[in-house]
Amino acid sequence: MTLSARELRFAYDQRTILNETAFEALQPGQLTALIGPNASGKSTLFRVIAGLLKPSAGQVHLGDLDLATLSTRARLKRVCFMPQFFAANASLTVFDVVMMARKNLAGWKVSAADMDAVGEALHSAGIGHLSEAYISELSGGQAQMVSVAQALIRQADVYLFDEPTSALDLRHQLDVLGQIASTIRARGAIGIVALHDLNLAARFADHLILLRQGQVLAQGSPQEVLHRPEIGATYGVGIHITIGPKEDLVVHAYTS
Amino acid sequence: MSTDTHPPLSAGEIVGAYRRRTARRVMLVLLAALALCTTILIDIVTGPADLSFLRTLHVIVDPSVATIKEEVIIWDLRLPVALMAVVVGAMLGVAGAEMQTILNNPLADPFTLGLSSAASFGAALAIVLGFSVIPSVGGLLVTVNAFALSLLASLALFAFTRLRGVTPEAMILVGIAMLFTFNALLAFLQYGASELQLAQLIFWQLGSLARATWPKVGICVVVLLIVLPYFLSRSWALTALRMGEDKAAALGVNVALLRLMVLAGVSLLSAVAVSFVGAIAFVGLVGPHIARIIVGEDQRGFLPLSALAGALILSGTSIASKAITPGIVYPIGMITSLIGIPFFVSLILSQRKRHWQ
Repeated sequence: MTLSARELRFAYDQRTILNETAFEALQPGQLTALIGPNASGKSTLFRVIAGLLKPSAGQVHLGDLDLATLSTRARLKRVCFMPQFFAANASLTVFDVVMMARKNLAGWKVSAADMDAVGEALHSAGIGHLSEAYISELSGGQAQMVSVAQALIRQADVYLFDEPTSALDLRHQLDVLGQIASTIRARGAIGIVALHDLNLAARFADHLILLRQGQVLAQGSPQEVLHRPEIGATYGVGIHITIGPKEDLVVHAYTS
Repeated sequence: MSTDTHPPLSAGEIVGAYRRRTARRVMLVLLAALALCTTILIDIVTGPADLSFLRTLHVIVDPSVATIKEEVIIWDLRLPVALMAVVVGAMLGVAGAEMQTILNNPLADPFTLGLSSAASFGAALAIVLGFSVIPSVGGLLVTVNAFALSLLASLALFAFTRLRGVTPEAMILVGIAMLFTFNALLAFLQYGASELQLAQLIFWQLGSLARATWPKVGICVVVLLIVLPYFLSRSWALTALRMGEDKAAALGVNVALLRLMVLAGVSLLSAVAVSFVGAIAFVGLVGPHIARIIVGEDQRGFLPLSALAGALILSGTSIASKAITPGIVYPIGMITSLIGIPFFVSLILSQRKRHWQ
């Protein structure tokens, strides 16, 4: 089952955000990085895929299924979307909020299996020591890790992460993206991560989509997309790619 | 993957900590329920009439042994008052809890959003002008007017939420605008009122349980039994809403519809409560705050405890209203404000870090 988008159009009032946005079949078990400058339409594209915003034209297909034929609730069971921000002034513990995601609005009772799943998720995310902390006490980075844990505890066909590493230090950026990539592969799910850091995108993603002003400029392997001549102009910088010590792509960006 | 210098906790240890917290929460809810039973009992056995504890219990258990005087005092006066305190307290606690939840604001409650002021204005229309919003209601004129105006204010708030792009902050501001509007209108009526009408009006506004009767208790119980189970059935969605609209929507919550339905329930609860007992401040504000501190905002615990805390506060206040000066029963609204304000301030000062940063 693959994920593809055709000719998506979306505008806030008169401002066009998505302009015939289209991408081709994203494969199960693959992690795709959605890259592009600020305000290029990454978050809007995620919301449209998740069904939280209705496009004025175009379709999103999961396999043969047009996702628009599903109710929002049914669609969100198949497409798990992690928004960029969450309000953190609630008297809820980390365990509570991950449990909430696990229950996914269904059923009153919390079973032993639910508890074990949440315990395991927090343990493997390395935030077990925060389990009983209120979310209002967390740092921005810790809150982001909780958000990722909330997304990964849900079972879905498609996972969308909106900048999951923006508040994290170097070590945790690697940890979190590593965990997302390995989970996506292990579950055979389709994963898309919006990222600003092209080096992280090159390192963790199997596939890149470059977005500018609501249009997909390029799609393909990191090797292909990062070597495209228009990538520098898209970001308004000079870009130079080298091969790092571990045979990985290293992106150097500079301004004149 | 591990963070910082903390030793990694095993999944079992994490679950163990959660289980201990849950057990502690259940204990605290049970304790609150026990405390409520105690206050109800004290409320029933105390009062200006000199009846012994055992005799009172005997009359409750076996009404046939009562003299006419005892029957009137215990069955027609004390029991409805004690139960009304519990039910109205629970209604205000639940209404406050859910208003705070859907509006994402710790200061939201039926009182601060103008629903009580609207009710007072409705009562004033009846007392001063003899005007009835709903014709031919006879002796229930004041109550029906208070109810109708309170519901009208809710509907205005309700209609406002239907406007596109209205934020919870804007809704709070509309509520506060209504509060001042109704207070101003009330002042106009007070200015033109006779001394007798003024006294009647002030007494109504102070809030009193003395007007409790069995049918009123019955209506309150029915309303609570309709609204509370609905709120409980939406527990996860309401908990998710506390993480922000975006997060709740991503989990599949229809945020606009949820807000609307909950506001409808809250309006019904507060309109009925306020029209029967008058404006009682702080119960809807303090009850949920106590619940939040004790069990957090997982609505499965937060909602029942908000109801219990509201009931406990009003039941306790009912006892206090009789105990301050022997032989006199003070209007309950006076006491809730008097006890409520210092308590509320100390609560905010002691908890400012954790809750509603």
